[in-house]
Amino acid sequence: MSVDMNTTPNLPAGERARVPLSQRLGGLGGNARQYGIFGALVVIILLFQVLTDGKLLLANNVASLFQQNAYVMILAIGMVMVIVAGHIDLSVGSVVAFVGGIVALSMRDLDLPWAVAILIGLAAGALVGAWQGFWVAYIGIPAFIVTLAGMLVFRGLALVLVGETVAGLPPEFISIAGGSLPNVLGFVGNADVVTLVIGAVAFLALAFTQVRARQSMRKHNLHAEPVGVFITKLVLVALGIGALTVILSFSAGGTPIVLVIVGVLVVVYSFLMGRTVFGRHIYAIGGNRAAAALSGVSTKRVDFWIFVNIGVLAAVAAIVTTSRAGAAIAAAGQNYELDAIAACFIGGAAVTGGIGRISGAIVGALIMGVLNMGLSIMAVDPAWQQAIKGLVLLLAVAFDLLNKRRAGTR
Amino acid sequence: MNDHILEMRGITKRFPGVIALQDVTLAVRRGEVHAICGENGAGKSTLMKVLSGVYPHGDYEGDIVLDGKTVEFRGIRDSEAEGVVIIHQELALSPYLSIAENIFLGNEQLSSRGVVDWNRTNARAADLLRQVGLTERPDTRVMDIGVGKQQLVEIAKALSKEVKLLILDEPTAALNDEDSAHLLGLIRGLRDRGITSIIISHKLNEIEAIADSTTIIRDGRTIETLEMHGAEPVSEERIIRGMVGRSLDNRFPEHTPSIGAEVLRIEDWTVHHPVDQSRLVVDGASITVNRGEIVGLAGLMGAGRTELAMSVFGRSYGSRISGRVFKDGKPVHLHTVDQAIKSGLAYATEDRKHYGLNLIDTVQHNVSAAALDKLSRGGVVDRRQEGTVAERFRKDLNIKTHTVQAFVGKLSGGNQQKVVLSKWIYADPDVLILDEPTRGIDVGAKYEIYTIINKLAEQGKGVLVISSELPELLGICDRIYTLSQGRVTGEVPRAEATQERLMQYMTMEKDGKAS
Repeated sequence: MSVDMNTTPNLPAGERARVPLSQRLGGLGGNARQYGIFGALVVIILLFQVLTDGKLLLANNVASLFQQNAYVMILAIGMVMVIVAGHIDLSVGSVVAFVGGIVALSMRDLDLPWAVAILIGLAAGALVGAWQGFWVAYIGIPAFIVTLAGMLVFRGLALVLVGETVAGLPPEFISIAGGSLPNVLGFVGNADVVTLVIGAVAFLALAFTQVRARQSMRKHNLHAEPVGVFITKLVLVALGIGALTVILSFSAGGTPIVLVIVGVLVVVYSFLMGRTVFGRHIYAIGGNRAAAALSGVSTKRVDFWIFVNIGVLAAVAAIVTTSRAGAAIAAAGQNYELDAIAACFIGGAAVTGGIGRISGAIVGALIMGVLNMGLSIMAVDPAWQQAIKGLVLLLAVAFDLLNKRRAGTR
Repeated sequence: MNDHILEMRGITKRFPGVIALQDVTLAVRRGEVHAICGENGAGKSTLMKVLSGVYPHGDYEGDIVLDGKTVEFRGIRDSEAEGVVIIHQELALSPYLSIAENIFLGNEQLSSRGVVDWNRTNARAADLLRQVGLTERPDTRVMDIGVGKQQLVEIAKALSKEVKLLILDEPTAALNDEDSAHLLGLIRGLRDRGITSIIISHKLNEIEAIADSTTIIRDGRTIETLEMHGAEPVSEERIIRGMVGRSLDNRFPEHTPSIGAEVLRIEDWTVHHPVDQSRLVVDGASITVNRGEIVGLAGLMGAGRTELAMSVFGRSYGSRISGRVFKDGKPVHLHTVDQAIKSGLAYATEDRKHYGLNLIDTVQHNVSAAALDKLSRGGVVDRRQEGTVAERFRKDLNIKTHTVQAFVGKLSGGNQQKVVLSKWIYADPDVLILDEPTRGIDVGAKYEIYTIINKLAEQGKGVLVISSELPELLGICDRIYTLSQGRVTGEVPRAEATQERLMQYMTMEKDGKAS
């Protein structure tokens, strides 16, 4: 999903030959490890497809996979930024409950339109983030402690706000999490045309940017990956997007609205992390805080804004969660922080900071989601599901570590 | 006479894609001090890691013969059991533990009931400390003693393990001259007690002073072993020739200064310690740097050189800072690093790993780190242009990496330093403060760095070089300031500068007398 191009210099043929194979493979598009995660996702999908007798990839199951796991993906986007900067945020689950309460009460008790309530919720999330960011960035309290306090504070405030479940929310609001894009273009056979169009546009946009990036690189005399690899990559992406599009187009509603929200967030934040000065500063701080500061990076400001940012994303997750439940519940969002953190680490983020990608975190969230769904379809006891997810987290990180060690990077 | 305590035969060690050592042979006589020389990346440290079992048997080809029998170490514990102890460049002491606890870490002195016997621990530690010439109490915390003494604690720790063969990797790299001399004396003393030492060092004068024989490694191969006390004395030049494979006639490139207008003036600069705010670190220092001039800043460890530079550079160090800074004659206020950079200052740190580089990121990203604004529009980085810039510096500064996408952590020290320099040169400052620009760098790379410094001066930039190596300052600077106890004690033009004169100013006490 991330649009990462590799630029190896144009070396003379003789020198090229001396580039170790591992490095050249590493040049296949950022890092080979990213492929490992995608590969793991594909394997897990295929495994459960077999184990569930093909039920996993039924159209409605795929649609609800996204609807069920949208919150993890949204939180994981914010979390991976926090983790790359070398922090952690334990409070997002409580913030989801707190903001969910505010949004629901604005609609039910203040009779505000749902759109206004959503804006109030996002603002509340930003304020929560600014509060925590202030303590972390400007007072210098470790994020673990600040957000542990936040976890208690905002859970408490959620309980105060939402004494009893706040239900009776407007249907427009409910349809955010459960609804799909309107089927305005009709059907081909049983397939929703809107979904097919979105899929085609998404692929064309991706292919277009990749081809342009490649041309630009040639123009600047930077070495691009071989044509064969480039085309293989595009074909694989086309197959992936194509399969997803076709399956979704046969689902009851077509494209879930949350998938659009998540998709937009992924594109925007991948760009932010990969291409902007702000993103670069986050990686620089996580990689070596002192060196970043001595290079003129305002580390405090960056720290502050990543917490504001995860506050806003927690508010988005709160809106999706409240909408899906159809009501605000004080106990909402329990353990969401752990789901998000697990997704980041499965997706290759480093505990020590400096390493991690939006796309990795999303794939990590999908791996957890597919596990959940597959095990549920197989009617595995929830207690066992939890144990299995824990083991997958452990094995994913262990595999990653051993892989790195074998490659001799440590 | 050929009583070898150690023979390494035909050692070959491969890493994925690289052969680090190829058919290396090393023979060390019993009771000698054996130096190993070579440029950075030549394979010295790898060889020592093979010897000490960091790379276990089976991970390399060849034989290690210790005391006449072939050994197959599977880890550091195995090698230590045979009396081979390695002291790494980066000290492996735990700062919050006491000296005694550090000495017996992993080898705790237990009473018969299996608990730590503190009296025995401290008594034995005191005895070991005496042997290395330390008078500290064994219960002093390691963080409270200086680097020089920490190095001695490492040796005491080695002695506690009944060491037969002591390996020291760059033992004096972080030490001042006095501590270095003491350490070398200690190594001599150990030799007289029958302990064989292998010493890896870049400081050729030390090798000349202490080694009985010297093995030179270049590009992962043994080049030669020199007898230091043979019929013909071995000069530094002789060793350098072996290391670089050619003779370096001049260790410093030619430099004809063309000095212009004043570019930086620091007046009455006073800085206090960041934690202990009553302690003066820099005391009313005033210095000027002109365009096209290379100015040196000499001083012993703790004189306040780095502290002066960092406090000027956006108040990156210290508390209660006072004084005035003028850039091109105009007063400037540099309260943040960003302001300092925008005012045309650059500070390349003495500690690349901790303050200079993001080791887990690429060469390209490190080169652009201080001047991303120049490469971005509307907050979006132009990565093509960034790549082109990094590529240009790779060629111009001869950074040895096959791609600017390589991680900086994988480069050798000299090449890492070139990345740091690239970063600051690309920021296009008027004044560059270079703190120990050649620390831990081999001779060949040093020459390249000096050439870069000269070029910067020729472009009309002012360069302030902080260095502990007086010959280096004498070799490249147009003017040298000396700092002692936070005060500027002397200002010497190139023509009048000698090591003796600088040393005299550098050791000047507060009352103005030389100590």
